[in-house]
Amino acid sequence: MSSEARREPLIEVENLYVYFYTYAGVVKAIEDVSFTIYKGETFCLVGETGCGKTVVSRTLTNIVPPPGRIVKGKVIYHRDGEEVNIIKLSEEELRNIRGKEIAYIIQDPSAALDPLYVVGYQIAETMVDHGTVKDFKEGFGRAVRLLKEVLIPDPERRVKAYPHELSGGMRQRVVISMGLSNEPKLLIADEPTSYLDVTVQAQVLDLLRELKGKKGLTVLLITHDMGVVAEMCERVAVLYAGNIVEVAPVDELFKRPKHPYTVGLLRAVPNPLTEIEKLESIPGTVPNLIKPPSGCRFHPRCPHATEKCRREKPPLIRVGPSHYVRCWLYAGKGEEVSRSE
Amino acid sequence: MAEEVYEKKILDRFSDALIAFLVKIITLFRKDWYRRNRSRVEEWKLMLYALNRSPIGIAGLVLGMSFIIVGIIGPIIAPHSYDFSFIMATGQYKKYFLAPPGTGGALLGTDDLGRDLLSQMLYGARISLVVTALVLPVGIIIGIMLGLIAGYYGGIIDEFIMRVTDMFLAFPGLILALALSAALTDRMALAIANNPYLTGLVSFIFAVKPNDALNMAQTLSIVVALWIVWWPGYARLTRGLTLQAKNNVYVEAARALSMSSVGIMTKHILPNILGSLLVLMTMDVGSVILVEAGLSFLFGAQMKIPDWGAIVQHGSQYLVNGAWWLVMIPGLAILVSVLGWNLFGDALRDILDPRTRRSIEFKVKKVKKTSEEAGEVSK
Amino acid sequence: MSEALVRVDGLKKYFPVGGIIFTKGWVKAVDGVTFEIRKGETLGLVGESGCGKTTTGKLILKLLKPTAGKIIFDGRDVTKLRGKALKEFRRQANIVFQDPYSSLDPRMTVFNIIMEPVRIHKIHVDDPEEFVIKLLYEVGLNETHLYRYPHEFSGGQRQRIAIARTLALRPKFMVLDEPTSALDVSVQAQILNLLKDLQRRYGLTYLFISHNLGVVKYMSNRIAVMYLGKLVELAPAKELFENPMHPYTKALLSSIPVPDPELARAKERIKVTGEPPSPINPPSGCRFHPRCPHATEKCRHDEPALKEVGKDHFVACWLYA
Repeated sequence: MSSEARREPLIEVENLYVYFYTYAGVVKAIEDVSFTIYKGETFCLVGETGCGKTVVSRTLTNIVPPPGRIVKGKVIYHRDGEEVNIIKLSEEELRNIRGKEIAYIIQDPSAALDPLYVVGYQIAETMVDHGTVKDFKEGFGRAVRLLKEVLIPDPERRVKAYPHELSGGMRQRVVISMGLSNEPKLLIADEPTSYLDVTVQAQVLDLLRELKGKKGLTVLLITHDMGVVAEMCERVAVLYAGNIVEVAPVDELFKRPKHPYTVGLLRAVPNPLTEIEKLESIPGTVPNLIKPPSGCRFHPRCPHATEKCRREKPPLIRVGPSHYVRCWLYAGKGEEVSRSE
Repeated sequence: MAEEVYEKKILDRFSDALIAFLVKIITLFRKDWYRRNRSRVEEWKLMLYALNRSPIGIAGLVLGMSFIIVGIIGPIIAPHSYDFSFIMATGQYKKYFLAPPGTGGALLGTDDLGRDLLSQMLYGARISLVVTALVLPVGIIIGIMLGLIAGYYGGIIDEFIMRVTDMFLAFPGLILALALSAALTDRMALAIANNPYLTGLVSFIFAVKPNDALNMAQTLSIVVALWIVWWPGYARLTRGLTLQAKNNVYVEAARALSMSSVGIMTKHILPNILGSLLVLMTMDVGSVILVEAGLSFLFGAQMKIPDWGAIVQHGSQYLVNGAWWLVMIPGLAILVSVLGWNLFGDALRDILDPRTRRSIEFKVKKVKKTSEEAGEVSK
Repeated sequence: MSEALVRVDGLKKYFPVGGIIFTKGWVKAVDGVTFEIRKGETLGLVGESGCGKTTTGKLILKLLKPTAGKIIFDGRDVTKLRGKALKEFRRQANIVFQDPYSSLDPRMTVFNIIMEPVRIHKIHVDDPEEFVIKLLYEVGLNETHLYRYPHEFSGGQRQRIAIARTLALRPKFMVLDEPTSALDVSVQAQILNLLKDLQRRYGLTYLFISHNLGVVKYMSNRIAVMYLGKLVELAPAKELFENPMHPYTKALLSSIPVPDPELARAKERIKVTGEPPSPINPPSGCRFHPRCPHATEKCRHDEPALKEVGKDHFVACWLYA
């Protein structure tokens, strides 16, 4: 792709397996997931409910909630030139990374904020916890600047506001400012706008894009909305039922989708700017991951499924520069690789 | 691929057999039943499996069930009648006056009149059981009805019912019981003595001699007092649960189909809140035992009947003589029954909620096994 | 042009704030809305959360009592219906809710859920099992699902069950209240296509409520845009997207993330600042004026009325007066 200097990896996930040991059985939430997030890019994980996108994001700081467990795999974090495996780190070392070097913005801003404290205190607290500032006094000062940065009008007054005094969009901006407060190396935004209205969503997405440009942030964006993907991302990984089925740069993915699931997904979204006679839908539903389908997990819903798809798990195939797909249709049409970028 | 079959415990097999038996009985009467209710049967199985994995729940169930069983068959298996006296029977005053446990024939010892404590305990279990069975259903039915109405209709009706409920909650139950007992006991005793059917009924359900039936008036007046103080708890809980349940869209959907209010309350709201109510009911069995024992402890001196509370009260006078068993043994019986129901109620809370039921973490042993297999698969 | 099945006239719904007795104010959820739904068409109703679109849908079905206004369904005023007449109305008009996880009673089997309307309306069915199976096939399920419980189904399947339940009474008119917003995109398309099929097969009339403009465009013949309890624009679907007039509609259209990276980069974004204000004390004059880039003094004081500015194209804005 572009210059080699830009493609310096920040996070490399390798052959990750996450299982949930529930009473009903072992949920194979994530199986053999690998991807790389490069410094300075916006990488997107897209997929439907239950595909495991949030679980993947949690493994990056090893906070998979029980009964989930990382069964196998590596999460390599390039920390100032040295490589550390997040999964092997102790709780104490992880605490230094979480919220400081890798920060989260979660979906529901009202759940992320404690209703009992003013927002300034909560922003200051994340900084005090990680030693970014000396005390709360300095923290409040920084909080005002942060709120200004996320374009909250009248930040001197808003810093003393309780979460319920702010609107949904404002609250999400506060959460973003909390995520940014320690100047993280990686910002993980998990469906940052799905609780917001369209006009407000557009504002928040604009803000994220602006901040990214200004601060040179690396962002991992998790979403189910193909529209958000198209507007925000540089590279995209499509997740289906705990597997990455396709990884590609965003233009490539939308122009030349390869995996039947990606193709179906793109055709199923009604684009308001174009004329649609009939939406194509993907038949069936997302499989139960306690007993996932054999072979390719998409085969029961795939229009091109063959006997081979039912039996064998497809390999990852490189079909173009930086374009990888996990599908038997492309066997022989590209080089088989063990992991994608 | 690792196959996901549970290692079934012995208890699970027993549960399967129990459910298979139940299904067989139901299909005797309704042939089509199993085909239509297969999902429900699966859910039952899962509930029992969850219970089987909760040792505390099982302990609670065993204790609670043994309380019921002893309550039913206690008077039948008792070696003597509750008023049988070893002193009267043998004339050995010295041997049987406050005889410690194990003294010839008296397994749990005797009291000052030489009565067999074991027999008294077994008869007492019946009394506790019957009181519980009389108090709870009435409190539950009144409470649930009022709570449903208050929660469903809301507004003025809710306000009125809940303020009345508050009044009853503010009423000291103990004083009410004392007053009622003073007012009611004599009249009730008279009624029982004068009506041969009533005498028969009372002596039958409490397993006392017809002569003692009128002495049960005291216990019955406690029952009446408990009716009055027991329902507000249910009214409150039911109202809260109803308020939650009525926000479910399926209630609105039923309304959009023109379903009547009574229909919505009985078909959609009640079945969905019954689980939480069941937990309270289970725990309340213990509470009734405890409160009833406490009240009969207070009235004990006048009672000739073998109520657990009364036995403790009577026996406490002889604690100075070193007769610990007269207090310890009935005390222990109360403790164990109450504890059993509470433990079972607690386990029930987890079992009845389909979400917690499913998310109970599976055995660790299984985890290791599958992780090894996952390693092989990837290679 | 076909005749109107539903005519809504000056519909208002105010909710009290702070209890019924000590009212501190009113939430003007719906504040004077007038439109009609023609036989056999789908009218889309779009707007952001809190704009009153769902309340409007519920008012039409008399699930809420309107504060003022009339709703004429098939020549009769719905607001005055009681008892038997109301029951008969509800046989003809029904609703599919947004959240299929909460709209089905978790303790009832699919058979009982779908039979419920039939039982309530005391309609005689020769063979209930066959009747329900037929309905299940119509919504893309089958007889193996008959005696299962809702939790055994995915979101899309549950929504199919909910649709089968409303179909059981063979209604003429259905309010679809965000029927796909709780579903995944791959399933959303299935449900939308199913609803279109059913409309064609049974000549149903829909009021399709949604915040998703792409979905509304796909489903509707005409679209009404709501903002803070008021209709701001009403036009045929194609016309609205090609020639939006109200500044709010324009902003809404340019805010949707477009699933096409090139188009997304190319399109110009009309930015609106701020968020919808609270409907308790809505702004005076035109309710959009605090966020509107074209607001004038007049917009602050006088409320614009809905006016026909093109064929079948109505807009409430002083720019076009």
